[in-house]
Amino acid sequence: MTFDPSYKEQALKSVGTRVLRPDGVDKVTGRARYGADFNMPGQLVARVLRSPHAHARIIRLDTSQAEALKGVKAVVTAADLPDLTDGDTALFAILDNSMARSKAKYDGHAVAAVAAINASVARAAMKLIEVEYEVLPHVVDVDAAVAPDAPLLDDTIFTTGVDPAPTKPSNVANRSEFGHGDVDAGFAKSDVIIERTYKTEQTHQGYIEPHACVANCNADGTADLWVCTQGHFVYRQVCADLLGLDVSKLRVTSSEIGGGFGGKTHVWAEPVALALSRKAGRPVKLVMTREEVFRASGPTSATSIDVKLGATMDGTITSALATLRYTSGPYADAWAETGAMTSFACYDLENVKAIGYEVVVNRPKVAAYRAPSAPMAAFAVESAIDELADAIDMNSVELRIKNAAQEGTRSSYGPVYGPIGIGPTLDAAKAHPHMSAPLGKNQGRGMACGFWFNFGGQTCSDLNIGADGTVTIAVGTVDVGGSRASLSLIAAEELGIPYEHVKAIVADTSSLGYNDMTDGSRGTFSSSMATISAARNAIKTLRERAAMMWEIPVEDVNWEEGFAKAAGPKHGNRAPLSIKDIAAEAGNTGGPIAGHSELVADGAGVSFGTHICDVEVDPETGSTRVIRYTVIQDAGKAVHPAYVEGQYQGGAVQGIGWALNEEYVYGEDGRLQNPGFLDYRIPVCSDLPMIDTQILEIPNPNHPYGVRGVGETSIVPPLAAVANAVSDAMNVRMTHIPVSPPRILAALNAQAKE
Amino acid sequence: MRYENPTTIENAVDLLARSDGPAYVLAGGTDLLVRMKGDDFDAELVVDIKSIAGMDQIVETAEGFTIGAAVPCAALGEHGALVAAWPGVVEAANLIGSTQVQSRCTISGNLCNASPAADSVPAMVAANARARIVGPGGARMIDVADVPTAPGKTSLARDEIIEAISLPKPDARSGDAYLRFTPRTEMDIAVVGAAVNLTLDDEGIVQTARVVLGAVAPSVVVVDAAAAALVGNKLNDATLKAVEAACTAASNPIDDKRGTVEFRNQVAGVLGRRAAEIAYGRAGGTQ
Ligand SMILES: Cc1cc2nc3c(=O)[nH]c(=O)nc-3n(C[C@H](O)[C@H](O)[C@H](O)COP(=O)(O)OP(=O)(O)OC[C@H]3O[C@@H](n4cnc5c(N)ncnc54)[C@H](O)[C@@H]3O)c2cc1C
Repeated sequence: MTFDPSYKEQALKSVGTRVLRPDGVDKVTGRARYGADFNMPGQLVARVLRSPHAHARIIRLDTSQAEALKGVKAVVTAADLPDLTDGDTALFAILDNSMARSKAKYDGHAVAAVAAINASVARAAMKLIEVEYEVLPHVVDVDAAVAPDAPLLDDTIFTTGVDPAPTKPSNVANRSEFGHGDVDAGFAKSDVIIERTYKTEQTHQGYIEPHACVANCNADGTADLWVCTQGHFVYRQVCADLLGLDVSKLRVTSSEIGGGFGGKTHVWAEPVALALSRKAGRPVKLVMTREEVFRASGPTSATSIDVKLGATMDGTITSALATLRYTSGPYADAWAETGAMTSFACYDLENVKAIGYEVVVNRPKVAAYRAPSAPMAAFAVESAIDELADAIDMNSVELRIKNAAQEGTRSSYGPVYGPIGIGPTLDAAKAHPHMSAPLGKNQGRGMACGFWFNFGGQTCSDLNIGADGTVTIAVGTVDVGGSRASLSLIAAEELGIPYEHVKAIVADTSSLGYNDMTDGSRGTFSSSMATISAARNAIKTLRERAAMMWEIPVEDVNWEEGFAKAAGPKHGNRAPLSIKDIAAEAGNTGGPIAGHSELVADGAGVSFGTHICDVEVDPETGSTRVIRYTVIQDAGKAVHPAYVEGQYQGGAVQGIGWALNEEYVYGEDGRLQNPGFLDYRIPVCSDLPMIDTQILEIPNPNHPYGVRGVGETSIVPPLAAVANAVSDAMNVRMTHIPVSPPRILAALNAQAKE
Repeated sequence: MRYENPTTIENAVDLLARSDGPAYVLAGGTDLLVRMKGDDFDAELVVDIKSIAGMDQIVETAEGFTIGAAVPCAALGEHGALVAAWPGVVEAANLIGSTQVQSRCTISGNLCNASPAADSVPAMVAANARARIVGPGGARMIDVADVPTAPGKTSLARDEIIEAISLPKPDARSGDAYLRFTPRTEMDIAVVGAAVNLTLDDEGIVQTARVVLGAVAPSVVVVDAAAAALVGNKLNDATLKAVEAACTAASNPIDDKRGTVEFRNQVAGVLGRRAAEIAYGRAGGTQ
C-alpha cells in the first residue's frame, strides 16, 4: 500500500493532548541510562591527550613510555587511524578532528589517546606521552582570518565558488550566493538606506551530558558502540568508514541523551574509542570532561555580517544585501552558506542578495547548533530592520508585516513558499498584550522574526502488536525532546487505542533500517509519518485477520476507532472485534501482527516564529535582565502541546544566553580561556522570567496531521530580540553579540562622549 | 590519597605536620572537591575538619561572635543575632554559589582558597574580622586581611588550620553591606565586589568607615581614600561622588574573561557608592 502523506483535516482524539512522558520515571529516579552509564566486563578507561597550542606542527610523538606503564593497554595516535577516506573531504575532516595528523589546528585538538585499567593510570600515562611541537602563527578571529596577511591554516584551501579560481590559498574556503532581482537598482529606488556590520561570538550548545561512549571491537571484525548521540545510524556509518568495518557488523546503540542541540549529530571521539578497543582487545569507555567538551566539541560559528537595507518611506523594502562571514573551525564547511540562505527568508523581497564566506580559523570544528547558522544572520538582519523602522518612523511590527513573505512568495534562497506562518505570527504579535504593556524606567522592548527550513529524510519504523493488544513501536530517530511520547500519541490516534497501550523505544542500528539522525527538527515530523504508515499497514493486517475470524471478505471489514467492524447489511450484526480480540487469535490466523514502514519524509514545512522581549538595563553597570519574553511560533500541528511549548521556551532561553553572556574567550596565545560553566555563562533559572508561548497551527500540507518541525526556530529570533530591546532601553545600537555588561557600558560611555 | 577525619584540632594539626606529600584541609569541599577532579591535582592527605568538636558552632560572646571553621554559610543566615549585627558579612556569605553550595561551604574555606574574587572576604575585612589559627606551636590570632597573600596563596604554614573567624560586637549605630557584580543572578563569580562598614554619631555623621574592594586586584583592596571621604560627613551627593571616585581610583584589575579594566574600575566605583548607601541606611542614617 503506498502511503499518502497529504494533510487531511480531521477530529483528533489523542494528538493534541498533554500526556505524561514515558521516559519520565526513569529520568527522575536516576535510572535512565545515559552515555556513561553503560559498562562492560573488563572495560578500560580512555583519556585523550590534547594540544595546548592553537596551531602547531607535530614534530615528534613518542608514546613508548606511556605504553610501558603498568596498566596501560593501548595508546593510539593518528597512525592507528589511517586515512581510509578516499578523497572525501568531509569525512577526512572528521578523522583529522578526532586525531590530529601532521598538525594540531586548535587548542584542544586530540593528538594521542590511552586506554588503561583505571582513570589514574590513564592520567599518568597521558603525562608520559612526549609531543614535540613547532608552534605556528594562529588566527582565531573571523575578520583577522580573512585579512591578506593572516596566518594560513591549510595551504590546500583555494576559495571555491569564485570565478576565476584564485591562484593563492587563503582561509576562505568557499563563497556562496543566493537571491534574485537587482539589488543595485533596488537601492537606487530607495529613500532610506541602513548599512551596518554586526558581529556574533562563538557559543557552545551547552548540553549537560558530556560526550560518552563504550566501544567494543571483537577479533572477528564485529564491534559494538554504546553512545550518547542524536543519530546512531549516522555514527555507525561514519565510524565504520573510518575504521574500515562492514556497516552491518558495527552495532550502535544510542543511550538516553542529556542534551545535544545539534552537537551530538557529529562524530567526535568515537573512532578513537573504537581504535583503542581494537588495539587493546578490550572494551573501552571514553567520557569527555567538561573542559574537553568546550575545547574540542561543538561550538557554533563566530560571525561578522554586513547588512544593507533600502526602503521607501511607505515601508517597502526595495533592496536587501548581506555579506556573511562564518568561521567553521579548521576545516572547510558550509555554515555561511546556510546563514546566507536563511538571512532574508522571512520577507517578500523584489531585490535580494546574500553572500556567504566560509572562514577557517584555529578554533574547534564547528558543529550544528539548533537551526545552525540562522540565529546570527537573523541577528544582523532583524537589527537592521529595527533600525530601518526607526529611520522611516514606522512601527517595527508594521514594517515587518508589510514586507512579510506569504504563500506564493519566492524565497530569497530559491523555493516558492506554500502556506506559511510568518504573517500569522506577526499578526499575533501585534495583537498580543505584551506588545502594548507599559515599560518602566531603563526598560526597553525588542522584537524579531526567525525562520528555519526543517528537514524530513529517511526513516524506518516497526510497530508490533502484542498478544494482549498493546503496541510497541520501534523507531530509529533518537528521542531528544519527547518524541517517544509524541509518536505514541500518533500510534494511539491511528489505531484508535489509548495512549497508555503504546510503548515507544529507540531501537539500535541492527534492529531497523537506516534512519537519518534527529536533526533539522525532523524527529517527530518524519518518525510520525513512519509511525502513521506502519500503523496503517498494521491496520490492514488487522482487518485481514478479522475477516479471517469472521470468514467474510476483507473489503467488508472497516477499521473504526480501534475496532474491526463488519460492513454492509449482510454482516451488520456482528459484534466489533477489538485489537485485543484480534491479537489473541493471532496464532491461529497467521502469526504475530505487525506494521512496518520505510520512507523518505519529504515536505517538511518551513517554520517561522516571532519573539517579543522586554529587558531592564542598569545604566551604571550594563547589567541586563530579561523581564518579559513571548514566543509565537507556527507548529503546523502541536502533537504534544506541552513539549512544543518546551521547545519554544528552550530555544528562547538558549538564544537569550547567547545574546547576553555566552561566548568563547580566547587569549592572545589562542587558548580558550573559559572552558567551563563558571566563565561560560549559560543562563540560570533565576536569570529568566517565565517564557510565554503561543502556538499557531498552520497545517503543513505534506503531513497527514499537518505537523511541522518545532525544535529549532525558537533559537533564531532571540539574539536580535534581546539586542533590539537593549538598544531600545539604552537608546544605543548594540551590534556585537553577546551584549554583555562590559560591551553595554562601553557603548554607553562612547555615546556619552559624543 | 589518604582521607582522615580527626575529632580534635590537635590531631588534625598533627596529621598535617606528619604528612610528607601535599596535604589539604577539607571544610565544605566546594573548592577542594572541584580542584580534585582536575588532572593536575595531587594529594597525599586530606584532613576533614568537620568532625572536630565545636567547629560547627557559632558562639556569641561579650566581645562578639566566633564562627567555627566548619560552619556552613547557610547557618550564618539562620543566626538571628549575627544577621542583626553583621548583615553585610552574612549577605556576602549567602551570595556564594547557590543554596546547595551554601549548605556546605564555609567562610574559612572561602578565605583560605585565596581567590581574589572570594565574596565573603571583603565583607570580613571591612568588619575587622580576625582568624584564630592553630598550629603545632599553639594558637594565634591574625587579621583576616593578612590570611590571603596572593591568588591561591595564604600566610598559613602547611600544618596550620583556621579554627574560627571572630567578628567584634558592632557599635550601636553601625551598619555594613556587601554588593557584588556578576552577569548572572547566581552561580557566578564576582567581577567586582565592594564592602562597606561604618559607624555614625547621633547626627548621622560618619565616625569610622572601612571600604573594601574584591576581585579588582590580586588581594582585597582597602580603600582608605573612600573611608576618609566618608568620615566626618553625612551621606550627601558630594560624599557619594567622592566614595565612587576613590573606589574607581583604587581599583587595580586586569583585563580578563570576566571583564575589562575599564569596566571593573567603573563598576567598582558604582558598587562602592551603592554599598555605602546601604550600610549608611542600616546604621540608621537618613540621607
Ligand atoms: C558551584 C559553585 C559556586 C561557587 N560560587 C561562589 C561564589 O559565588 N562566591 C565565592 O566566593 N565562591 C564561590 N565558590 C567557591 C567556594 O564555594 C567558596 O570559596 C567556599 O567558601 C569555599 O569553602 P569550603 O568550605 O567549601 O572550602 P574547601 O573547598 O573545603 O576548602 C577551600 C580551600 O581552603 C582550605 N581550607 C578550608 N578550610 C580551612 C581551614 N579551616 N584552615 C585552613 N585551610 C582551610 C582547603 O584546604 C582548600 O584549599 C563556588 C563554588 C562552586 C562549586
